[in-house]
Amino acid sequence: MSALQSAEEFRTQLRDWLEANCPPEMRDGGGTENAICWGGKDWVFSSQEQKIWLERCAAKGYTVPTWPEAYGGAGLTRDQEKIFTEEMSRIDARVPLQSFGIWMLGPALLHFGSHEQKLQYLPPIARGEVRWCQGYSEPGAGSDLANVQTYGEDKGDHWLVNGQKIWTSYADKADQIFALVRTDREAPKHLGISFLLIDMEDPGVETRPIKMISGISPFCETFFTDVQVPKDRIVGTPNRGWDVAKYLLTHEREMISGGGQGLAGGRAIGAVLTDTLDTLDATLRADAMRCEIDALSIGLTLERYKDQAEAGQGAGDASAMLKYMGTELNKQRHELMMSAGGSAALEWDGDVGNRAGDWLRTKANSIEGGTSEVMLSIVSRRVLGLPA
Amino acid sequence: MSKLVATEEETMLADMARGFLDGAAPVSAFRKMRDAGQTHDAKLWKEMADMGWAGVLVPEEAGGSDMGFAAANVIAREMGKTLAVSPFLSTAVMAATALRQVSDSRAMEALARIAAGDMTYALALDEGIKHDPDATAMEAKADGNGFRLTGRKTFVVDGAMADRLLVLARTADGLTLFDIPADRAGITRHKSNMIDARDAAKIDFENVEATGEDVLGQVDSAMAILKPALRAGQAALAAEMAGLAAGAFDMTVGYLKERKQFGTEIGRFQALQHRAAHLWCETEVTASAILNAGRMLDSDPENAELAVSLAKAKATATATLAVQEGVQMHGGIGMTDAYDMGFYMKRARVGAEWLGDYSYHAERVAALRGF
Repeated sequence: MSALQSAEEFRTQLRDWLEANCPPEMRDGGGTENAICWGGKDWVFSSQEQKIWLERCAAKGYTVPTWPEAYGGAGLTRDQEKIFTEEMSRIDARVPLQSFGIWMLGPALLHFGSHEQKLQYLPPIARGEVRWCQGYSEPGAGSDLANVQTYGEDKGDHWLVNGQKIWTSYADKADQIFALVRTDREAPKHLGISFLLIDMEDPGVETRPIKMISGISPFCETFFTDVQVPKDRIVGTPNRGWDVAKYLLTHEREMISGGGQGLAGGRAIGAVLTDTLDTLDATLRADAMRCEIDALSIGLTLERYKDQAEAGQGAGDASAMLKYMGTELNKQRHELMMSAGGSAALEWDGDVGNRAGDWLRTKANSIEGGTSEVMLSIVSRRVLGLPA
Repeated sequence: MSKLVATEEETMLADMARGFLDGAAPVSAFRKMRDAGQTHDAKLWKEMADMGWAGVLVPEEAGGSDMGFAAANVIAREMGKTLAVSPFLSTAVMAATALRQVSDSRAMEALARIAAGDMTYALALDEGIKHDPDATAMEAKADGNGFRLTGRKTFVVDGAMADRLLVLARTADGLTLFDIPADRAGITRHKSNMIDARDAAKIDFENVEATGEDVLGQVDSAMAILKPALRAGQAALAAEMAGLAAGAFDMTVGYLKERKQFGTEIGRFQALQHRAAHLWCETEVTASAILNAGRMLDSDPENAELAVSLAKAKATATATLAVQEGVQMHGGIGMTDAYDMGFYMKRARVGAEWLGDYSYHAERVAALRGF
């Protein structure tokens, strides 16, 4: 894909390709749990079309459109990516593949990995062949994430890892885990952590799902007992894994923030509410207006930061801000949707679908990936320069 | 659509404006004006005109700098930071935009005088206590070839000092906009004693004569001209309020770093840190809405209403939060007249009300978003 190709030329070619290659069944916008394709060694496709759509997109690099072609992407520029997103949503095409490999490990490897590591790990992520999970939090390391106790003892050609992770999303379904492991107990807490890649099938790795208030179990506990991790399974340098973790958290926070909704896309909250409630009373309508104004403003801010980044103007500690604002807004939005759903929203999988489950799930948004309070402390220290 | 990132020209304009205003119109200058009961600084306005600000929306053939709406927002934002007083919004933004919709030789002449800083305008629109141009009741009665205007306008910003007035009045089949000198027979101006110490007036019209020549645009179709002018004004006012919020925020964070209580800087207290951080987040999000409004007005003015109402609503909410937090975090000193924070609070309240308050623009956003 040439960056010199004109935008309109690119759009036309893409449109033709989508028309010819996106199966009609994959043009429902996704949106349900069942529509998501996570990929991985044990992945069971929900339909033949889901499989075909993934394979066709992967062949073009469209599962990770902005990654370099050499690593399984399509090498799209920011402008082309915008067009890609527009054309995909124009036909309501499902996202062909989503995963923690795409959102998190991929960006970390692109930034910190060696060329060999990129060649080894990125294309299988892009093709949906390997499913990764994230091993960050521990029972004693929540908001104080750098307090990791899981320990990797240096055994020459490998680390011998022992410890426990918690809130590991979909660990029970993942093939591999990228984990923060303490490899130097003497160093200050931020300087003794390594970013290790561990095979979930290795002897000594066990997982146990945790049932959440929403009734589902997307999170697990993960236990490591005398797990041998070869020395080449590390991203970045030994004991400097915190740099990788921080970089990656930025991506996670942007992802969780959801970016509000752009002016162009996304349905207005007021319109969503009237799906279930014909007339909004004055208070609910006023709340919806406030929510809409904030959603549009946050969406524009996400656009502005992307444009600034492309123009070479850094956006500073924008991810903490976006994460805080986006997740707090999302919680509000779901509170309003519960109000508009009335008693129909109080039943599990009732007439308004799994609205209660979705509502309860949003409560984790302002906890996972750094709580709202941690985000505010980051802004306070790094942006405002207030004393710690 | 153009990108949501400041261009090199916009960054230079902001830097230049900041430099000029810090020298010519710091908050201390406003305080002097307030103490002297002065609401307009003719010399300052002339200097602004010399820099091309009065003509920011005036075509180059009429002597303007024609920099566009996003640039007007940049200037308004910098003015807001230090509460600079000028007829920029009423004259350079709103009247100029209205006149530009007509662009006959008379309008071009008026635009040239605006750009030169030789003539100021005020918009006489509202009659009730809330912004609502559609509710205009003031009658312009047909009289021979002309009209007779009778009624009262209120909250006419810059109405006491302006050379000319754009007056909205009801004619046989709709609303009509008149462009008349402020000293015409039958006009009585009552200067209001405003909380923000700026120029505003109640204006009585007693059988005021207006000819067909005085009609701006077409009879019975004021909105064709007024709407673009109001949108430009609302966006620039939103920018001013965003600047005001930034000014109040900077003062407050500065104070958190220097004020000591319980033996330490109060900025060490997490209760205050988190509130200050939240306020910063709101100012960032607001900046995006302002930039977007400027871009939309410049590139797609027909469809800019959502962007403008979004900007005005968001800026109103953020400025309100900024001055409330500003006074609260300053404690007792923030309540004193000797301290500047009160100026920000009072200007924010006037800005919140002018050209449509939060509810007014939230309703516009809701309508345009289909609910």
